[in-house]
Parts: sequence; C-alpha cells; structure tokens
Amino acid sequence: MKAMQSSLLSAWAGIALMLSHGAMAQEILIRGATVHTASAKGVLKNTDVLIRDGAVAAVGSALPASAGATVIDAKGRDLTPGMFGGLNTLGIDEIGAESSTVDSSLNLKSPSWDQQWRPEFDASTSFNPHSVIVPVTRMEGITWAVLNPASGDSIMAGQGAAVTLDGRYDAVLRGTHALFVQMGNGGARLAGGTRAAEFMLLEQAIRESRAQTAPGSGALLHTAGRETLARYLAGGRVVFQVDRAADILQVVAFAQRNGMKAIIAGGDEAWEVAKELAKADVPVILDPIDDLPADFDHLGSTLDNAARLHKAGVRIAFSGPETPQARLTRQLAGNAVAHGLPQEAALAAITSAPAEMFGLGATRGHIAVGQVADLVLWSGDPLEVTTLADQVWIAGSAVEMRSRQTELRDRYWDKIKAHQAR
Amino acid sequence: MNILARTALLLTTALGVSASMAESFPSTYRAPSTPPLLIQGATVLTGSGERLDTADVLIVDGKIQSVGKNLPVPSGARTINAQGRWVTPGLIDIHSHLGVYASPAVSGLNDGNEATSPVTSNVWAEHSVWPQDPGFETALEGGVTTLQILPGSANLIGGRSVVLKNVQAVSYQGMKFPGAAYGLKMACGENPKRVYGENHQAPSTRMGNVAGYRQAFADAQDYQVSWDKYNRELAEYNKKKTEAGSADAKKSKDKDKDKDKGDKDSGPPSPPKRDLKLETLAEVMKGNIRVHMHCYRADEMDTMLDVADEFGFKIVAFHHAVEAYKIADRLAEKGVCAAMWADWWGFKMEAFDGIQENLAMVDYPEHSCAIVHSDSQDGIQRLNQEAAKSIAHAQRIGIAVPPERAIRWLTLNPAKSLGLEDKIGTLETGKAGDLVIWNRNPFSVYALADQVFIDGALAFDRAHPAAKPRSDFSLGQSGTEGGL
Repeated sequence: MKAMQSSLLSAWAGIALMLSHGAMAQEILIRGATVHTASAKGVLKNTDVLIRDGAVAAVGSALPASAGATVIDAKGRDLTPGMFGGLNTLGIDEIGAESSTVDSSLNLKSPSWDQQWRPEFDASTSFNPHSVIVPVTRMEGITWAVLNPASGDSIMAGQGAAVTLDGRYDAVLRGTHALFVQMGNGGARLAGGTRAAEFMLLEQAIRESRAQTAPGSGALLHTAGRETLARYLAGGRVVFQVDRAADILQVVAFAQRNGMKAIIAGGDEAWEVAKELAKADVPVILDPIDDLPADFDHLGSTLDNAARLHKAGVRIAFSGPETPQARLTRQLAGNAVAHGLPQEAALAAITSAPAEMFGLGATRGHIAVGQVADLVLWSGDPLEVTTLADQVWIAGSAVEMRSRQTELRDRYWDKIKAHQAR
Repeated sequence: MNILARTALLLTTALGVSASMAESFPSTYRAPSTPPLLIQGATVLTGSGERLDTADVLIVDGKIQSVGKNLPVPSGARTINAQGRWVTPGLIDIHSHLGVYASPAVSGLNDGNEATSPVTSNVWAEHSVWPQDPGFETALEGGVTTLQILPGSANLIGGRSVVLKNVQAVSYQGMKFPGAAYGLKMACGENPKRVYGENHQAPSTRMGNVAGYRQAFADAQDYQVSWDKYNRELAEYNKKKTEAGSADAKKSKDKDKDKDKGDKDSGPPSPPKRDLKLETLAEVMKGNIRVHMHCYRADEMDTMLDVADEFGFKIVAFHHAVEAYKIADRLAEKGVCAAMWADWWGFKMEAFDGIQENLAMVDYPEHSCAIVHSDSQDGIQRLNQEAAKSIAHAQRIGIAVPPERAIRWLTLNPAKSLGLEDKIGTLETGKAGDLVIWNRNPFSVYALADQVFIDGALAFDRAHPAAKPRSDFSLGQSGTEGGL
C-alpha cells in the first residue's frame, strides 16, 4: 500500500500545490451557521467557522475575526462540507454522444480471445478543468468527484482518481487512485460472453503480474500493466462495478484472496448480502433511487437499499448515472432519507463516507480544524431539492457562482422579461 | 359520442373505407363502481390554479363532485382524514416509454423503435406495450395516473402514441384511456440523422430530416386527394344509382332495355389502396391525430412550426424542449406546449444549452403551456421533484412559482396537450376522480404519495404494501419483497 501510494504520488498525482489562488492567504469567517460536521460531532447550531490559508482554522462560537478578514453572516443557514459528485467522467467526457469529446474509455479493439488489458491506463490524465460541466457542477455544492474510466473493450477499465473542482490544472488529489473493473453482465460481454470468465481472466492477469518471465503471446498484460496490477494486489483500492448479490459475494471473496481493498459500485442487490459486506467491511457506492429490474442483474433493486445497508453497518456513498448531472447526488441523498435512511447518514454518504473510501478522510469530507476548506452555505435544508447553494468555497476560495448555464439564462430571461413586461 | 368514436367516424366518412374498421383496438377499460369518497382537511391544489387550505374533496361515482370547506358527508361515503397532507390531481406524463421499453431492458422486450425506415407512421405504440412492465407500478407510486406511451425517436415519424390509464390489465386495451385521441410521434435533430446516416441512408443531415417530413406529408396530401376523388365518384355513383332506381320503378315496363344499359356504364368506382402510413398522416392534417414532436433546439422548433403551417397541421407539444426558453414567447403565441425536464442536459450536442430555469421561463408568458415530462422509468416516479427544482431556480431570478401554479405543469398542461382537459388534469366538478394524497407539500424531496386514486378507486396505498399492484413479472422473483 505504501509503495503504491508513493509511486502514485510521483507518477500520477503530482504535487497538489495550494498556491494557485491568491485569495487563500486571506481569512474568511463564517458566523452563526448551522454546521453539519459530517463527523461524530454531529450538527452544531449557531457556530462560527474560520478559514485560513485554504483550511479550516477554527470551529466554535464567537470566534474573533482578524483585521481584513471577510466576514459572512450565515444567519443560521446550513453549512456542510463540499459534496461528492459521485463516480463519473467529469472533465474527461464533455458531451457523451460526441466521441471527439470523450476520453473515458480505452478501446484497443483486441480480439476477445487475446485481450490486451491496460490497468496502467489512467483516465485522470485526460482531466480538463476548463470543462463547462465543472462550474455547472460546483456551483451546486459539488466540490469533488472521482473520475471513473468506463470499460471500453475489456473489463479492466483502468484507473481513475479523485479531483477537486476549483478549476486548477493539478486537480487530481493525491493518494486517491483506484482501479476500476466491470463485472456482472456488463463485463460478461467483454469477457467472452460469461461472467464466470471475468474471474478466470482476472486470475490469469494476477498470475501474469506475479510472473518473473517476460509477457508471452496471448498475455493479457504488458510489463507496465503487470507493475500496476501488482501495486493494487498490495492493498490497493479496486472499484468493482457489480449489482447481482451472488456476484457481489464472489467479488468480495476474490478481493480478499488477492489483497485488494474492494469497493462495490452499483450494488443494486447489495442489501441482500448486507451482513457479509458489513463483516468484510466492503463499502458500497450506490444509486439509491434504482428500484426497477433494469436487467437480470437488478431483480432485487429497491428504494430501501441505502437504508438497509446502513442499518446493517455497511459504509455507503451515493453516485448517479450521468456525468452532466453529477450535481444531483444531493437529490439522491434526499430520496434515501424519504425511504428510511437517517438524515445524517445521507449527508455522510455524499461527504465524509466517500472521502474516507478514497483515502481523503484526513483532509476532506468533514468540517473540522485542519480540513481543506471545501464548504457550502445553503439556502435551506441541504438535502432538499428546493434548496440551492448560496455560496461554495473550495480550498478556502469563494467559487464564482456562475456557469455557462447562468449566462444562457440571463441572456434569454432578459428578453422574455422585456417582451412580457408584466 | 366520445372523441374516439367521432374520430373513427370522421376517418371512415372521409376516407370512405368500410364501416367494419370503425374503431380499431377499442378501449375495454371501465371505471370500477365505488362508494362516495370524502377526503377531509387537506391542502388542495386544484390544478386550475387554486390552493385551498383545510379543504375537502368529494368524489361521487368516480368523478369529482365538489371541492370546498366543511363539505357534508354523503350517506355511505368513505372518509379519509387528510389533515396536514396535500391533495393534487393525478399526475400526467405525456412522454413515457413504459411497456415499449420495459424493464428488464432485454432484447425480447425492446419494442420502442421501428428503426427500419425513417417514416413509420403506420406503427402504433400500443401494439408494443407490455402491460407487465413493473415500471407502471413504480410510476403509480409516484402519483402518475395517466401516461402517453410514445414510440422512440429513431425515426422522423415514429408512429402513433397511445394514452393509458395507469391501471393493471392483462392487455393494453384494458388500460387505454377511453376517448383519448391518438398522438403522432415525430422527431427532430440528431437521432434520426444518426440512426439512418450511420447506415448511409437518408436522412443523414438536418436538411435531410426536413425533406423527409415534407415528402411524407406531401405524399399524404396526394393520398387524401385520391380518396377525395374516390369519395366524390362514389357519391355520384350512389346518386345515379338512386336516381336510376327511382327511374326503374317508373319505367318498369322498359326494364330489360334499361338494365343492360345501366350495368354497362356505371359500375362503382374502385377505392384507392389503403396505405396505413399515409392514412395516419392524412388524419394528422385533418386535426384528428395530435402531433407530439421530440425537438431539443429552438431553431429546429421554429422550422417545424413552419413545416406544420405549410401542411396545415398543428404541433401540440415539443418534447425534450431543452431550448424552449429561447422561444418562450413564440411558443405561447402559437399555443404550443413545451414538455421539459427540470435539468437534464449535456449528453449530446443538441442538449448542450439546457438550463435549470427552462420550465419557469417557458411558463412565464401569458397563454404558455409548460409541462414536466420524464422520458424515463426513473424520472416518472418523481415528476413532483422535477418541478420543485425548477421552482427553486426560478425563485433565484425573481420568478415566484407558487405550488398552485407549478402543479399545472404536471396536471392541467399535459392534459391540454393530450386534448383531455375536459376529463382530467384538475379537480373541477365532473372530471375524473384521479387524485393523489401526498404526505406533505409535493414539491419536496421528502414528499411521497400516500394514496393514489383513479376514477375514485384506490389504486395505491402506501400504508398497505402487501396490496400494492405487482406485475406478473415481479411475482416469484427473489429479493423483490421490499419493505424494511
């Protein structure tokens, strides 16, 4: 694990410089907020949060503001950690239907009996912070997301990582890389037509990664792929996209046998094996509004999934299906509450829980001294659809609450108003 | 006479086809008999623009009898205490593919696009509807009582829609909304040009799309001309025959002579060959079938309004009208509805300019008709939340949309686009007893439908999950029992 992280640091993540925004040296004091800490401290009423140098410097009552500090009167409004936009392709796919703008999936067109697996493929290197989706998403309170390579022509989709959405080029957050593998019927199509072959091929790749001889013909992995996979076999984070209960149990056992730290993504039937997931401490990233048998891997889909998993002690986070709609994870959380998930667990599922799953718990996902100041001040209940973000801060900088969409809105709203004049 | 029968009659008389095809695939739905129902003490959004606090709603014989305060309890009535809860008309989704793109989404149930030719006005969505789609039940739990099932958007002209009541039935005829006119699904933009262009077939461009619609309607005009000619000749023939008949009676003495002559020169005219594609389009031009058009971009909507004017038909609603806000005034002036999502955008080029204020901005002009639609087995379960999001974004630019106005996006306006505003969409006296009792203000992420009524009959009751409708498909599947 340690070897993997240090290697990730230099190879992929770069150094997350906190110098790009001049405003960071400035102090911001948010006074009198209802602070959702997303931690054991729970919700703190009428509380101040002091931001200094991009981080939370103090949380308490009647905090003193230094001269020159920007003071914001929250007037009791809710303040939460910046929210998680889910697993998606934000900034790597601009318009899904336009292949020239899509960089999330690798298609080498190898024949299925001679697949070339590329775990070394890292989708996060194609992240474009200037994507118009970035401001659209962050002004709704989403401050980070996990880039999820889409499976192209093999079940081994490659690697992704968490990114901050403040518009910086070096957006990839250190230590957050994960390997993504497509299982279930989605993977079967890429593995010769059977889900059993997914495990067969994974076992083959694992043997190759441990082999001392050079890759021969018919091998799945190149040398770079072997090295990458070997790092994940030493406690790396592997996200398995899988929904059927039986498949989930196979994945959990497989990951345990091979030293991987599994995360289940999808997990529509995870509630059926909640006890086993809790025991193995395998978290689930789910879409809590999935309630239809979308196919024969989803027959057990139910709106109670999130509540049941939580009740069984499984760690959960939320992710929706559409990259341009990453802003809606909050709505997913609200719906989970409507179907039995406690409010604080729902907020955690889009803040602290995913941060912890991707190794960010120490720096993001909570409101606590020392955390990066990714914060959102809301117009009302943070999980309510009629609530909007009044102000978003990322790493202590106030985000401009504008996007291409608000530009379009203003241009045409002025015209309608002038024409109707009522 | 109901609209359908009237339509059928128009069809038969206009086309001169035999009376045996008067009403194809007639509805077999009959509202169940129910005792009077009095819902008491609710916050009522009537759908016609009113909000009544602590009000009662009375349904008698499956129809709304009255809405008001402290209504007397009729004898034999069932009462429901709805204090603290909200009542709205049943929700209407005019863009659904339930049954034609059913769950599970396997190839055997993939029946939504007859993508073998860009003009398939001869196909009818109802013939693809699988009534066992579990999506009907989950839509019902979201308060949806009426839905329009459309063919997909692969084709320029995809086929006829069908309007269904969200009731359980073995066959679609048992769901078919009595008296509802047919719709015609048409599609602008990227989908038809992609589907056919990729096969090096027309259309492959937007100009190819427009040529395709125009040629189809031009052919239908010719078709109508040939039927008009036939009908004229038939009328003349019948007239002559009648005259000849009365002449015969007079000149019965010269019978043999006349008979020979008459047989020779006045046989009945031969009818033109029936063409199901053109027959549907001809009915569109007569105003008997309502055009629902998938169209994202404002400029394409403008083009289509001109095409409709050229051929003398009306587009009742643009669906997926992501850019409707750019032409909100023209749509209101032309009396064309725009059916929208709250915030879907960006998944393809023609959806790139989506904004979250679209619904409210389209709703703003006088005589507007803004509609929330789903096009999704998931979205249809939460139409109320879609409206709620738009209310919030509208407020931020100074548009106040109170709940009594927003509910029209889900009830009255979609009813208008279906031509059913005299039957459903509001809680006015005489309309269907289709309504939802919500556990709170429906414009909230926490709002759930407690009870849903269709024609005064309880169709869903959250308090009794065991009694909730379940499709044949859901029976005996492990893990579908639900409930915490």
